[in-house]
Amino acid sequence: MKNISTLVGKELQLYFISPIAYVVAMVFLAISDFLFYNQIQYFSGLSMRMMQFQNDLPELNLHDAVFQPTLLNMGVILLLIVPLLTMRLFAEEKKEHTSELLMTSPITITEIVFGKFIAVMFVYLLLLILSLHVPLMLSVAVDVSWKPLFASYFGLFLMGGVFLSFGLFASALTENQMIAAVISFGILIGLWMVGTSVHAAGESAFRVVVNYLSISSHLSQFVKGLISSRSITYFVSMSALGLFLTHRVVESQRWK
Amino acid sequence: MISVEGLGKRYGDVIAIDDVNFSVGKGEVLAFLGPNGAGKTTTMRILTCFMPASSGTASIAGYDIFEAPMEVKRRIGYLPETPPLYQEMTVTEYLIFVAKIKGLSQSNRKKGLIGALEKTGLSDVSKRLIGNLSKGYRQRVGLAQALIHNPEVLILDEPTVGLDPRQIIEIRELIKGLALEHTIILSTHILPEATEVAQKIVIINRGRIVAVDSQEHLSSQVRKSEKMSLRVRSHHPDISGKIKSITGVLRVTPQADSNDLGLGFIVESNLGDDIRDKVAKVVVEAGWGLLEMKPLKLSLEDVFLKLTTEETLETIPHTEQVAL
Repeated sequence: MKNISTLVGKELQLYFISPIAYVVAMVFLAISDFLFYNQIQYFSGLSMRMMQFQNDLPELNLHDAVFQPTLLNMGVILLLIVPLLTMRLFAEEKKEHTSELLMTSPITITEIVFGKFIAVMFVYLLLLILSLHVPLMLSVAVDVSWKPLFASYFGLFLMGGVFLSFGLFASALTENQMIAAVISFGILIGLWMVGTSVHAAGESAFRVVVNYLSISSHLSQFVKGLISSRSITYFVSMSALGLFLTHRVVESQRWK
Repeated sequence: MISVEGLGKRYGDVIAIDDVNFSVGKGEVLAFLGPNGAGKTTTMRILTCFMPASSGTASIAGYDIFEAPMEVKRRIGYLPETPPLYQEMTVTEYLIFVAKIKGLSQSNRKKGLIGALEKTGLSDVSKRLIGNLSKGYRQRVGLAQALIHNPEVLILDEPTVGLDPRQIIEIRELIKGLALEHTIILSTHILPEATEVAQKIVIINRGRIVAVDSQEHLSSQVRKSEKMSLRVRSHHPDISGKIKSITGVLRVTPQADSNDLGLGFIVESNLGDDIRDKVAKVVVEAGWGLLEMKPLKLSLEDVFLKLTTEETLETIPHTEQVAL
């Protein structure tokens, strides 16, 4: 446990010494704020028009109209940004030969993998927390329903575990950071889009499986405000799979 | 302290090292000598538990490298060929991180840090970023990293490679100083370095050990006879024959550098047979004018070349046989 916290500290230090964490945070916030802004504009225009009909139309729901689509899009932005956070984690250690230091020190590979994962989870969590400034600002003017919003962010957090663990896996495969980033894009976009093939698959067991594998279908549940154990299981077990594969790859490289 | 038995490593079909055996006693310095690609780094990586061996075993400080790798790792300091440095950290930050993952307690960390900085002469640059240091200083940071936890065994892979001559001397002095408290294995392909620093030398070529011994023993092992050089003022034609007739002399070869100042000879005798006084007597009694007489010892360089080329020569007839 002490070793893990040492390794987490070192990784966080390297993230915040270099510009990478700041640049990623800035780009992410700029894009997500832009998405929020667009959606809020659209929502306020819609509300204006709705007010002209003075009948019993159901009240517009801020969460459904603003947060749900924006947070789903934020998932896509995170998918594009996360590989940039994870790509250096193992690739750079190998390139700079610092892996020789880690592997000949009295720490286990499990500790190394968890140290890196927890550190990058911190950075990811920080991105999510920073993006909360939009709902906080909105809450001054309107009633924000916090419970579905909490469910959405919880979903994004769990999804991050999958993104980051597979990013870590990709980084462990190579000593070239670009290749690591491209591989993790490939894996994550694949997992995200596998849901779209559901329509082609027809009614079958295959469809059920493919639908379950899709990150986007699980995220859309959370973003609706639905916390299902089925989706939690999916995210947690996929993260565990990513970490397990990472461990295997790092271990296997000793044998080459 | 360190014992290695039948260590082997293959990469697919390529045999990197084969049947490597040696042992190092407490406080000894052992140098691994060999041309590039001989298997020095592979052996060191196995000893540091960085990679497993394909066959054989080794133990360090009584712990087997396969059964108790954590105990072994706690007791070794390793400087790889490329020092494993985080460019973005300062020297102190980096060394504190290393001390932590080596499992030092908070109070020992401070002590280790100060000791390592002092021993490697890094105190002045301790606040600087590693990325901004020169190569010589980076090598020292690498050494400081290896000895911060005061390990019983130091394993140094080509510690002086790529340094300027002044830095090489400094690092060698440093290693000699460390030898008082630590058992050291170092690898090098520079011969004088091995003779200067180490008591025990392992010559490795193509993954096999060709010789293990102290420097003096190695020289005598390769010598098949005692040789000495003789120089006399006289140009008398009988000199060669007269010396040859002395009991114990095997061969007398005239030297090419004979000139007006005198004649040079190489006189060979049986191993362990000291014939210097007999030869001197003959020369002096004949009045030839003895100018110089000194025993010839093979330098380690000769030993090294001899051992590594003999190995190659052995393999040539072998391949011819296969071709037939």
